[in-house]
Amino acid sequence: MTLITEAGAVEDRFTRADTIEAALAVEGPVLIPLAIADEFATARPDTEFGVSLPGSAPIEDVKPHLAKASLVAVEFPAFADGRGFSLVKKIVREGFSGTLRASGPLIADEFADALACGFTEVELPETMANRQPVQQWMAAKDTMSEHYQSGYGRGPSILQKRLAARKGA
Amino acid sequence: MYRYDEFDERFVRERVAQFRGQVERRLDGSLSEDEFKPLRLKNGLYLQLHAYMLRIAVPYGTLNSRQLRMLAHIAETYDKGYGHFTTRQNLQFNWPKLKDVPDILGLLADVEMHCIQTSGNCIRNVTSDQFAGVAKDEVEDPRPTAELIRQWSSLHPEFVWLPRKFKIAVTGAEHDRAAIKVHDIGLKLKRNDQGEVGYEVIVGGGLGRTPMIGKVVREFLPKDELLAYLEAVMRVYNSEGRRDNKFKARVKILVHETGEEEFRARVEEEYAKLDGPTINAPEEEVERIAAYFAAPTYEDLPETSQVLEQARAIDPELDRFVAQNSFEHKQPGYIALTIALKEIGAVPGDMSADQMRAFADIAEKYSFDEFRVTHSQNLVLPHVRKDDLPAVHAALKAAGLASANAGLITDIIACPGLDYCALATAKSIPIAQAIAKTFADQERQKAIGELPIKISGCINACGHHHVGAIGILGLEKGGRENYQITVGGDATEHASLGERLGPGIDAEDVPAAIEAIVETYLAEKTGEESFIETVRRTGAEPFKAGFAAFIESRTAQHEAAE
Ligand code: HEM
Ligand code: SF4
Repeated sequence: MTLITEAGAVEDRFTRADTIEAALAVEGPVLIPLAIADEFATARPDTEFGVSLPGSAPIEDVKPHLAKASLVAVEFPAFADGRGFSLVKKIVREGFSGTLRASGPLIADEFADALACGFTEVELPETMANRQPVQQWMAAKDTMSEHYQSGYGRGPSILQKRLAARKGA
Repeated sequence: MYRYDEFDERFVRERVAQFRGQVERRLDGSLSEDEFKPLRLKNGLYLQLHAYMLRIAVPYGTLNSRQLRMLAHIAETYDKGYGHFTTRQNLQFNWPKLKDVPDILGLLADVEMHCIQTSGNCIRNVTSDQFAGVAKDEVEDPRPTAELIRQWSSLHPEFVWLPRKFKIAVTGAEHDRAAIKVHDIGLKLKRNDQGEVGYEVIVGGGLGRTPMIGKVVREFLPKDELLAYLEAVMRVYNSEGRRDNKFKARVKILVHETGEEEFRARVEEEYAKLDGPTINAPEEEVERIAAYFAAPTYEDLPETSQVLEQARAIDPELDRFVAQNSFEHKQPGYIALTIALKEIGAVPGDMSADQMRAFADIAEKYSFDEFRVTHSQNLVLPHVRKDDLPAVHAALKAAGLASANAGLITDIIACPGLDYCALATAKSIPIAQAIAKTFADQERQKAIGELPIKISGCINACGHHHVGAIGILGLEKGGRENYQITVGGDATEHASLGERLGPGIDAEDVPAAIEAIVETYLAEKTGEESFIETVRRTGAEPFKAGFAAFIESRTAQHEAAE
C-alpha cells in the first residue's frame, strides 16, 4: 500500500487488523473495521485506533465512533464510486478533526476532489501506485487552481473571491 | 449574454491543459482505458460507431456570432464541414480525431466555450427556455439561474462521480419549453403569495428505458437558497442512488423506489443540516451574473411594422415563414424567429460550416449578436426588428435556412441512430427524412398544424420519443428494424408519456402509418384543436383503431403482392 498526502508519500503509522484477536495483537496504532471498534475501545481504552468503513455506510453508524477514533478510512470499491466523497463531507460536518483517509483504487485525477471534500490522505493498492506514481498525484492536485463551490477546499471559492475583489475595489 | 471574467477564463484554460495531460497519461499507460473513459466523457468525448464524437456545451443554448464562426472553423478544419445540434441544446462534431481534441478545446476556450461535463456521470450542461428574456409569460429570466448552476456544477468536487448522468433544466415561464418535468431536476421560477421570487423544484423525471415524470419535492424554494438545496438533493442521490445496475441508477429510480414522500423527507433532513450561507451564492454575485442578461437596448417601435405588412402582402413565402416561425416578443416591434434546421430531406439539426458563417452574420446584424439553440434541434434569433424581417428572410433563404415549418409535422426531432450511434438498434435519421418527404406539401402541413414527431433509434430515448405527440422508437426484431409508434406524449407543463398504438412496423411502412394517424386526428378534431389537444380529449383509442385498420390493410396489400 502507498499512502499519499498533500505533501507527498508518507509512512503509514497504522496497522490494519480485520479481527479483534488480530487487533489486540498489534503494537501501536491499529486500523480496524467499524464492527469491532466498540469491543476494541473497551479492551484497549488507551490505544490509538482508526476505523475503516465502506463509502456506503450511513453517517449514523459512523457517528458514535468519531469521538474515540483518530482516523477514519473510507473504502472506495472503485475509483468511479463517489459515495465516499459525500460520506466524508458528513463526517467533517460532525466535527471530526482527525485523519480522513480515502482507501482504494483511486486515480490521481480525483486527488483534488478528495482533498476538497475533506480527505487528508489517500491509500492506494500497490498496482495503482506503480502505474500512477506519487509525482502524478502531486501534479494532478494542482492542475486546477480555482473552484466555484463555496464550502469545498481550503481557499475561498471563485464566487467568494469575486465578492472580495469588488468589496476591496 | 454572459461573458467570462478572469476566473472563468483561467478555469477553462486550465481544464484544457488538464485534459491534454490526461490524453498523454493515457498514451503512456498511466491511465488504463477504463480509467480514461470517464475522464474523456467528462470532456464530451464519446466513442461512436465509426469515430469519436465531441459534444460541445452550449450552456442554456445561448451563442453569439464569434462563437459560431469558431464552430464553423472547427467543422472545416477538424471535421467534415458540419456540426449537429442536439436535443440538449448542445453541438456535436461526429468525426474529430483524438489527437486533435486538446487543440479543439483550446480553440473553444478562445471563444469562451468548453466541453465540460457534456457527458459522463456528472451534472450535465444546464438547459433552458429558448425564449428566455423574450417570452411574455416569464416570471423572471431563467438564464442567470442556469449560468449560476453552470459555474457551481463545473468540476464539483463531490458530484463528479455520481451513480449516473444528471440533467438540470430551468424555466422562468408559465409555458414550459425546457421540458423540466422530464429532467433529473427541473426548476421553475415562480412567485409566492407574498410576491417573492423562488423556485418550484421537481426531481426524478427522465426518459430512457424507464420514462418518468418528475415529482415536485419543493413547492417554493426562496431564490437565494438554490445552491444549498441543490447540494442537499445531490448528496442524497450520490449517497443513495443505485450503483449495482446502470439501468436503475438515475435519480428517477431512487425517487420511485424510495417513494416520493420519503425522498422528500431525506432531502429536507439533509437540507436542515446544511449551513446554507456558507454554500449559497452571495447576493452580489447573483446580481453580477444577472446583469449580463439585461435586455439589449431596444428601439422604441410601434407594435406593427408597415414595412413588414407590405412585404408580406406581396410575398407569400415571406408571409408563410413569418406566420409559422415567429414567436411573440415582449418588446413592441420585435419578434423572436425560429430557424428550423429541418429542410425537407435534410438531417435534423445538421448545419454546414457555410450556413454557420452566414447565420453568424445574420445574428450579428439583426439580433444583437445573439442566438439560441432549441431542444427541438432548431435555432432562434431572439430579438429581430419586425422592420428587418424581409431582409432577414432573404438572407436566411440564401443560406438555405428559411424552412417555414417550425413546430409542424416536418419539424422532426431524431437522434443519430444507426447512422452514427454504437447503441442503436435501428435508423432514425432516414425515417425522419422519409416522413418529411411524405408531408412536404406546405398546404398539407399547415392544415395538420402543430405536431411534434420525435424519433429514437433505441430505448435510450435520446430523440425523446416518449414525449413526442407522435413518438417513434426504432428497435430490432428478428434481424429487421422495427418501429413502435406512440401518441400523446408531451414535454411541456402538461407532461405526459405517449401510449403505444399497436405492434411494431417495418421502416417502409412508417410514413403511411403516420398518414393514417394524421387522418384519425383530422377526423376527430373539433374546432381549432391541435393534435395533442385532440389526443388529450379523446384518449388513444380512436388512434389505436385507426392504426389497427392501417395494419390490416397493409397486411392485405403485402399478401396480394406475394
Ligand atoms: C451517439 C452517441 C450517443 C450515445 C452513445 C448516447 C447514449 C445515451 C444513453 C445510454 C442514454 C440513456 C441514459 C439513461 O437512461 O440513463 C441516453 C439518453 C439521452 N440522450 Fe443520448 N446518446 C448519444 C447521442 C445523443 C444525442 C445526439 C442526443 C441529442 C440529440 C442525445 C440526447 C439524449 C437525451 C436527451 C437523453 C434522455 C435523457 C433522459 O433519459 O432523461 N444523445 N443517451
Ligand atoms: S436513442 Fe439510442 S440510437 Fe439514438 S442516439 Fe441514443 S443511444 Fe443512440
